[in-house]
Amino acid sequence: MSTPTAGNGAAFLELHGVSKRFGDNVVLRGIDLSVNEHQVVSLIGASGSGKSTLLRCINALEPIDEGTISLQGRLVSARGVDVDQHRRDVGIVFQSFNLFPHMTVLRNITLAPRQVLRLSRRDAEARADTLLERFGLAEKRGEYPDRLSGGQQQRVAIVRALAMQPRLLLLDEITSALDPELVAEVLNIVRELAHDGMTMLLATHEMTFAREVSSQVCFLDGGVICEQGPPERIFTAPTNPRTQSFLKRIIAAGRL
Amino acid sequence: MEQFFNTFLNWDAFSESLPLVWKGFQTNLMLMFVAELCVVVWGLALALLRSSRSRAVAPVRWLAIGYIDFFRALPALIVVYMVGFGIPISGLPWLSDWSLFQLAVLALTLVYGAYVAEVYRAGIESVHWSQSAAARSLGLSQAKTMRFVVLPQAIRRVIPPLLNDFIGLQKDTAFIGIIGVLDGFRRAQLYAGSKFNLSSFTGLALCFVVLTIPMTRLTDHLLKRDQQRMAAADR
Repeated sequence: MSTPTAGNGAAFLELHGVSKRFGDNVVLRGIDLSVNEHQVVSLIGASGSGKSTLLRCINALEPIDEGTISLQGRLVSARGVDVDQHRRDVGIVFQSFNLFPHMTVLRNITLAPRQVLRLSRRDAEARADTLLERFGLAEKRGEYPDRLSGGQQQRVAIVRALAMQPRLLLLDEITSALDPELVAEVLNIVRELAHDGMTMLLATHEMTFAREVSSQVCFLDGGVICEQGPPERIFTAPTNPRTQSFLKRIIAAGRL
Repeated sequence: MEQFFNTFLNWDAFSESLPLVWKGFQTNLMLMFVAELCVVVWGLALALLRSSRSRAVAPVRWLAIGYIDFFRALPALIVVYMVGFGIPISGLPWLSDWSLFQLAVLALTLVYGAYVAEVYRAGIESVHWSQSAAARSLGLSQAKTMRFVVLPQAIRRVIPPLLNDFIGLQKDTAFIGIIGVLDGFRRAQLYAGSKFNLSSFTGLALCFVVLTIPMTRLTDHLLKRDQQRMAAADR
């Protein structure tokens, strides 16, 4: 059996004409996007513009209605594709953390490596401890999530995703549910990951941060990528009128 | 009034029958215990089939739904009667050799499995979908997501309503006397019939009350604790 491919010379992650609707509500209208390895791409835009849905589609949490999504040349949006296999390569971190409340931090992190990658308990825990140590969470390994602050919970969620050693990390507005003073500790991790060359696609409302870490910024509006380019150009000289008015509102709100 | 007390609270009849009734009640206790174990397992199996989204098992899902609707509609008494009297003369291989006690376990499991399946299902559905999304996004299969993430949370939440159903089951063990097992009910009935006095039933009633009231209190306590936790989680 041959694996469906998206052709040679494709980017690491390739989206072509991706459309998604919930009933009558069209959320994505023909999205084209490519992300190269070690790139950080930010999706910006108002709430409801389709950023989160796009990330969920890439992780196959939502089936798409039209178009194709391929990762490393492998088509992942077709029927019959092993989504569990695909998801091993793609980590996602959610706005609401979604830690498993009945498990300790350590078990949250080791569950998938043990059950999916079939790592031994010792290897999985060693991997988890290395990551917890690196992100300053070592003393929290035995705690349950409800004993952690929002910032700590989100850092654990990032570690949980990283423990699967994904090739691509999707971050879905990961600081939106946090108190302002906790945002920095989470963004620092992302900054560090970007520095290490992790390929990331993030939906964010943190414009300053997007501008700092991104190699590409995409502005979404009404399920369409209106404008895409290097952050300096998007944030200082946007050409699309919708991007201009969005950024004007952001600047007026003091968020850039 | 004297006749009333004499009928229900005759001390001599009460104290004479109590050892017999207690001996029979031990059969009820045994039946509760075995039936509850079976119900916990059978109810969970039904709930998992009922909650499954997979297309491959759609026919099994419909069967489970039909089963649950059917047995929840039936009075336990009818099921105990039909199973207890019917199966032994049904000529079914293996099953017709079961003892009356085993058939009583079967009948109560059939009925209470349906109730408990719905309790489990409510619990499964109460776990927010984002928990499944997080598990699936880590590459866990549907089955492992259910086993490691959804069910452990669901079961914790359904323990109080589950105990509630068990209280019902415990009381319904008295139906076993109808198919001729010498349980507390049957022994109380035999005594009452021969002495024309119902004080033996007073003893049996006490047995049930003493067993069930602590259970009710425990359920209340767990429910209250759950509500407090939920309130804490909402803060």
